[in-house]
Amino acid sequence: MNTILKLAARYIVLAAGSLLMIYPILWLLGSSLKPNEQMTSSQLFSSELRWENFVEGWSAIPGFTFGQFFSNSFLVAGLSVVGTVLSSAIVAFGFARIQFPLKNLWFAILMLTLMLPTQVTLVPQYILFKSFDWVGTALPIIVPHFLAVSPFFVFLIVQFIRGIPRDLDESAKIDGCSMPGIAFRVILPLCVPALVTAALFCFIWTWDDFLAQMLYLTDTAKYTVPLALRLFLDNSSAVTWGPMYAMAVLAIVPSFLLFAFAQKYFVEGIATTGIK
Amino acid sequence: MKARSTKGNQSSSGFKLSSIKEGYWGYIFISPWLIGLLVLTLWPMLQSLYLSLTQFHLLESPSFIGLGNYEEIFNSDKTFAQSLRVTFIYVLFSVPLKLAFALLVAMLLYQSIRGMSLFRAIFYLPSLIGGSVAIAAIWRNLFGLDGMINKTLSLIGFTPVDWINMPSTSLSTLIALSVWQFGSAMVIFLAGLKQIPKDLYEAASVDGAGKLRIFFKITLPLLTPMILFNLIMQTINSFQMFTQAFVVTKGGPIHSTFVYALYLYEKAFVFFDMGYASALAWILLIIIAVFTAVLFATSKRWVHYEN
Repeated sequence: MNTILKLAARYIVLAAGSLLMIYPILWLLGSSLKPNEQMTSSQLFSSELRWENFVEGWSAIPGFTFGQFFSNSFLVAGLSVVGTVLSSAIVAFGFARIQFPLKNLWFAILMLTLMLPTQVTLVPQYILFKSFDWVGTALPIIVPHFLAVSPFFVFLIVQFIRGIPRDLDESAKIDGCSMPGIAFRVILPLCVPALVTAALFCFIWTWDDFLAQMLYLTDTAKYTVPLALRLFLDNSSAVTWGPMYAMAVLAIVPSFLLFAFAQKYFVEGIATTGIK
Repeated sequence: MKARSTKGNQSSSGFKLSSIKEGYWGYIFISPWLIGLLVLTLWPMLQSLYLSLTQFHLLESPSFIGLGNYEEIFNSDKTFAQSLRVTFIYVLFSVPLKLAFALLVAMLLYQSIRGMSLFRAIFYLPSLIGGSVAIAAIWRNLFGLDGMINKTLSLIGFTPVDWINMPSTSLSTLIALSVWQFGSAMVIFLAGLKQIPKDLYEAASVDGAGKLRIFFKITLPLLTPMILFNLIMQTINSFQMFTQAFVVTKGGPIHSTFVYALYLYEKAFVFFDMGYASALAWILLIIIAVFTAVLFATSKRWVHYEN
């Protein structure tokens, strides 16, 4: 009896906690469907759902639609994912499976850059990209991803490769497989779960990233969703809260869907990098 | 000898040959990262160090002024002192609170409770989308004068507070936003809890140890490596907080949420005072390095490592 009560208490605490956690998200959802005069009412969802908020929000920024901002965001995030997965996988194989001079030193530097604040390179990188004439384009955001610039992903895949038995490499070597052969035909195909995790995190982080996009995407036509939302938010009067929230809802839909369908990759990804 | 080793000869003619060849492959494989490190990290860091010793307004070429920027920052820059103070308060509150919640919820979820993965998903979700502008936009209204927080508090008799627009409370809304995202630390704790051998618990309860005693004598010590990891990563991230302050409070009112990264951004990209901003960046790097070093140094005393 006692244990049943304890279990019930735990469920009640967890359920209440969950409600508290997702409350802001539910509130956002409710507000995106509210008519403006009910915006401050304490009901989560109004009796009459106003779907027009989505229509009005979609073309609320004069001369543009959110369709364009979404396709900009998908382009930036998609190319970043391709770059990150390709480069991180190759680099991770190098660190996990090949012996080379100064390897430990380089790996230590990789781990150190994990702790490097982005602010330190913000100004000189901006100057660098300006000298390439890249300011105003998405290149300063995308190209670094092809150079495995996020050590988190390299480390994630290294940890995964370390768990694959070395016998596989050895037998491939005896069969006359070259180093790229071992990497691309033997080891990396086995790393798909880690690569998926890297792709998911990279997508969501790039999707939500704000500072770099604000610095480099100066032209409204190239705005990504977070930039468009910020513009919308700052220009919102009380009249346009509903449409603004409607676009905010759409902005979190991609991340939400990815998480809903691939929860285990996120959880395993954090767990494997968090623990050495 | 060398010539033969490049021919892809897999014979066992010498251990050394294959290791030279391996070394060469090693550098080919890590070259994307190595190029990135040199071009996008190390070179910019050196350049930033040099720029911090100059006066540089993007359009003119930098003029060397020695430690002038640093002298100004430490001697007469009131905004620097304010932003540093705000940032320290933010870090000092948000990081421990976040870890406490993460550990508490992880403890509740552990022991294979039914529906665990659903709860885990719900508690983790804010971490995933919490940094977005969409969430920042809600935060402004949730804590607004007629927002839900005030509505709820008024039910239990509190008078409404203008959380966002009062200097005394505005920072706490950003701390709340950060603590709300305790999910990724929680997932790390959960994985750590799973690694604790079950027989340790059984042995302890056979010996008659109470719940609290088991927590402090077994669970907490065995989790210390994850606590250290979370502590370091969250501290580093909190020092760099930007988007939330930029979107939710815009650093105001009267600089009460003007965090360090916001000040650095303003100096660099609003006033284009690149030399000064570089000095600010190096000071931040040193502060973070000192914090991390201190955490690592003390960890020998409190982090429990097996073997």
